[in-house]
Amino acid sequence: MSDVAERVKKIVVEHLGVEEAKVTENASFIDDLGADSLDTVELVMAFEEEFGCEIPDDAAEKILTVKDAIDFIEANG
Amino acid sequence: MFDLTGKCALVTGASGGIGAEIAKALHAQGATVGLTGTRVEALEKVAAEIGGERVHILPCNLSDDEALAALPKQAEEAMGSLDILVNNAGLTRDNLAMRLKDEDWDSVLNVNLTAAFKLSKAVLRGMMKKRWGRIIGITSIVGVTGNAGQANYAASKAGMIGYSKSLAAEVASRGVTVNCVAPGYIATAMTDELSDGVKEAMLGMIPAGRMGQADEIASGVVYLASNEAQYVTGQTLHINGGMAMI
Repeated sequence: MSDVAERVKKIVVEHLGVEEAKVTENASFIDDLGADSLDTVELVMAFEEEFGCEIPDDAAEKILTVKDAIDFIEANG
Repeated sequence: MFDLTGKCALVTGASGGIGAEIAKALHAQGATVGLTGTRVEALEKVAAEIGGERVHILPCNLSDDEALAALPKQAEEAMGSLDILVNNAGLTRDNLAMRLKDEDWDSVLNVNLTAAFKLSKAVLRGMMKKRWGRIIGITSIVGVTGNAGQANYAASKAGMIGYSKSLAAEVASRGVTVNCVAPGYIATAMTDELSDGVKEAMLGMIPAGRMGQADEIASGVVYLASNEAQYVTGQTLHINGGMAMI
């Protein structure tokens, strides 16, 4: 697992208070991990901070799963 | 009660009668205050009246999008944090609706409503992360009751109440409250200019029998900004001597 993936998962675990085992790459924040829409906004904020990047609103809207987040950060980090 | 020690508050329109009193009152409860407005000299005068440390002047023209976007960061850098936002800046361009120019509609809506919302949006991030924040909009009684000659102003103030309720619903779970204070007729430079006849007619509509004072509005803001008001959100606190009981 890449460094980015590990860090993304750590943030998701901490922020949503879910078990690490549930945070698979294909897990959807809302459908599988119990996030609400505000949680997803906060997750994006946390990713921006962790990786020192800016995630524009139109890109943020497409980050629905753990993998989406990892892919975006790896491509733009 | 209502101790604001350690909190940092940004007040827009801080050189105006009500804005200056709000800044003074928040400061008196222990908050660090940032004074925003376009008239630097007037802001400096208010800062000098407050005196001491914990006062910062942050000039900003809220109709300039870039300046507005930069303001929250400037405020955080100057004060160390931004916990309380008071959207007080507002202007009037009164006229009967049939005579109201498009530009007078636009300028009032832009400053009173759009800029206030944009600033609220911009400060939310930091407040949500801290799980504590206060956004307080100074609306007006006419936003609820309407007033002849003020279609633009009333619309902007009603709009502020509307977005505040929506924001309140969105961020309540993060410890951020969003409320409004709605002054009635308050003695300020603006109302001083009214003719005696108009003043008398106004007083006849106020059960308390007098105009309100700016510090009476500021007291409402202090309450909403306090920890004691943590469970109050999405509300409009009317301070009007009983002029409208809503």
